[in-house]
Amino acid sequence: MTLPEGTPESYGPITGPEEVVFEPVVEEAGPVSPVFDEVTRQRTKEIIARYPQSRSALLPLLHLVQSVEGHVSQDGIRYCAEALELTTAEVSAVATFYTMYKRTPCGQHLVSVCTNTLCAALGGDDIYGRLTSKLGVGHEGTAGEPGTPGSITLEHAECLAACDLAPVLQVNYEYYDNQTPESAEALVDALQRGEKPHPTRGAALTDFRTVELELAGVFPDLETSAEGPSVAPESVRGAQLASERGWVAPAMPDDPPAFPALPEKK
Amino acid sequence: MTASTPDPLTPVLTRRWQSPRSWSIDTYEQLEGYQALRHALTAHPDQLIQLVKDSGLRGRGGAGFPTGMKWGFIPQGPTGPGAKPKYLVINADEGEPGTCKDIPTMMADPHSLVEGCIITSYAIRANFCAIYVRGEALHCIRRVRRAVEEAYAKGYLGRDILGSGFDLDIVVHAGAGAYICGEETALLDSLEGRRGQPRLKPPFPATSGLYASPTVVNNVETIASVPAIVQGGSDWFRSMGSEKSPGPKIYSVSGHVERPGQYEAPLGITLRQLLELAGGMKDGIPLKFWTPGGSSTPIFTAEHLDVPLDFEGAAAAGSMLGTTAVQVFNETVSVPWAVMKWTEFYKHESCGKCTPCREGTYWLVQILERMVHGQGTEADVETMLDVCDNILGRSFCALGDGATSPITSAIKYFRQEFLDLIAQQPAVERPEQLDDLVGAQA
Repeated sequence: MTLPEGTPESYGPITGPEEVVFEPVVEEAGPVSPVFDEVTRQRTKEIIARYPQSRSALLPLLHLVQSVEGHVSQDGIRYCAEALELTTAEVSAVATFYTMYKRTPCGQHLVSVCTNTLCAALGGDDIYGRLTSKLGVGHEGTAGEPGTPGSITLEHAECLAACDLAPVLQVNYEYYDNQTPESAEALVDALQRGEKPHPTRGAALTDFRTVELELAGVFPDLETSAEGPSVAPESVRGAQLASERGWVAPAMPDDPPAFPALPEKK
Repeated sequence: MTASTPDPLTPVLTRRWQSPRSWSIDTYEQLEGYQALRHALTAHPDQLIQLVKDSGLRGRGGAGFPTGMKWGFIPQGPTGPGAKPKYLVINADEGEPGTCKDIPTMMADPHSLVEGCIITSYAIRANFCAIYVRGEALHCIRRVRRAVEEAYAKGYLGRDILGSGFDLDIVVHAGAGAYICGEETALLDSLEGRRGQPRLKPPFPATSGLYASPTVVNNVETIASVPAIVQGGSDWFRSMGSEKSPGPKIYSVSGHVERPGQYEAPLGITLRQLLELAGGMKDGIPLKFWTPGGSSTPIFTAEHLDVPLDFEGAAAAGSMLGTTAVQVFNETVSVPWAVMKWTEFYKHESCGKCTPCREGTYWLVQILERMVHGQGTEADVETMLDVCDNILGRSFCALGDGATSPITSAIKYFRQEFLDLIAQQPAVERPEQLDDLVGAQA
């Protein structure tokens, strides 16, 4: 029996946890950057208005600032803090807790390779290994100038909840199912050439910033972007097999049955 | 139980998935969608709670808690805690390794979830519902959001729904990449705009949930089951599955099988039956180990092919039903390696709030990585069991407990494989390390 490798980052001598490096604190807190323009401010108001309490808008707002800057900067943190009347410490504490908020500028595309157990056993580690050597970067590294066309940030991801389609990867959180090292390399090649190969399921590929806007809850054209296949062919295998063999759930009564009597009050 | 045995597969939740544009409201309404809602609105809310209690529906998110009972815990009445606003929160933060049922459900049939949310909110008297979808499931977020928009346009959401006088707003909320937010109280903290860390229970969400108000937190598959229960009734629902685990359930079969996919069957199907449906083991390579319900459920082996996969059956055989995420591994896969990968996951996802989980998963990864990379020692197996013993039952939430499941169950069934792996390995630099330690003590 051969022993596959673990997460590549775990090689080498055993060391303590990595030190977390924060950007230097801005001494003089002036007005937040003008990159958060009037459109962003309007969207901010709309997002906050959706929730019974304003602080619930913090996760969407962090996605929103990420859609503007391609990562969550100190300025973005201050913007969210101002909008929700929180301290920057409170916002930083939240921003640093979640893996989808990136603290360094990301590429045009974010490529996430599942290297959890099942995907890894079916080739996910090989895919990640191939892409690290191709792009010359490791986890959360960016090949190319961040934000420029064809630049790619790579990461290994935990289970992406598509295990029946393993091994999977995502580009900007769109699924590419049943991958191989070769198909993944071809995909990345195409991305670097500026092409946008269509995901296996889901909407047409855009870029990292555009999908971050959608994650903030702002959908410029939802009617179109919600299109795509109903579901992956693998996901309907059970339903298909049932149709082929004439298997069905027990028939429901023609009319819904009467409700149970109103329980007596205790 | 009825006398007749149901078919091996019973598509209820998955029955619309093959339809063209199954996610759209047109398809959904053509296939009887929103009829359950019309019927439900004619009932008293307490009758709906009683109906779900009678159906025996149990939570599909892993714990299997009786859904109707959960709804019944919400205080009602014009004064006291019942006077507070009530909330429904949907846990769509699917991320347990192996679990992949809610994402296809939201992708293919988001309206069944939305209709379930409206009925449930009416039953518990909630006027605000949040669907917390895992951020990485972007297309599901689009589909659910679109479904919510379509439902508003048809008058199924908003003010005075279908003339019933009942109001409901639904917000679709994207997470930001944290497995722990699948834990219901961590999810609530996250939804309140905080770090997703679990809360001490009690108080339970039923009395002190979102914004310290009475809250029901239910899984996607649970709530998507509700419209069918309203339409078919509790006897119909109970004609599938067993007395204590009734109804149909989506089994997610993945890994080394010929046709991985989603198979909806009455609760209690066995792996032997599932493997037959999924075309058997891939390339005929024999089964080595499998999870019945995700990585947090203790693994099973070929000995357990005939264990009925319902809540009682899985527990009686020493595991848990979990989310019926059946991950199948063949003989080519090293057990210590698989356990290492899972443990790396738990270490990464531990929220850091409590010491047993934060430190325990950290040290377990160190031991397993060292072992897999050729530097295991004979004491490692016992050390890991000891660490697991200090995590299990001593952690703040179930993540810590779940982290120990793959390790303790793997050692239970494959102890020799761990020992053989350690024995094969060259004793790399070990004497020198020992010298260092002795020197340090002197």
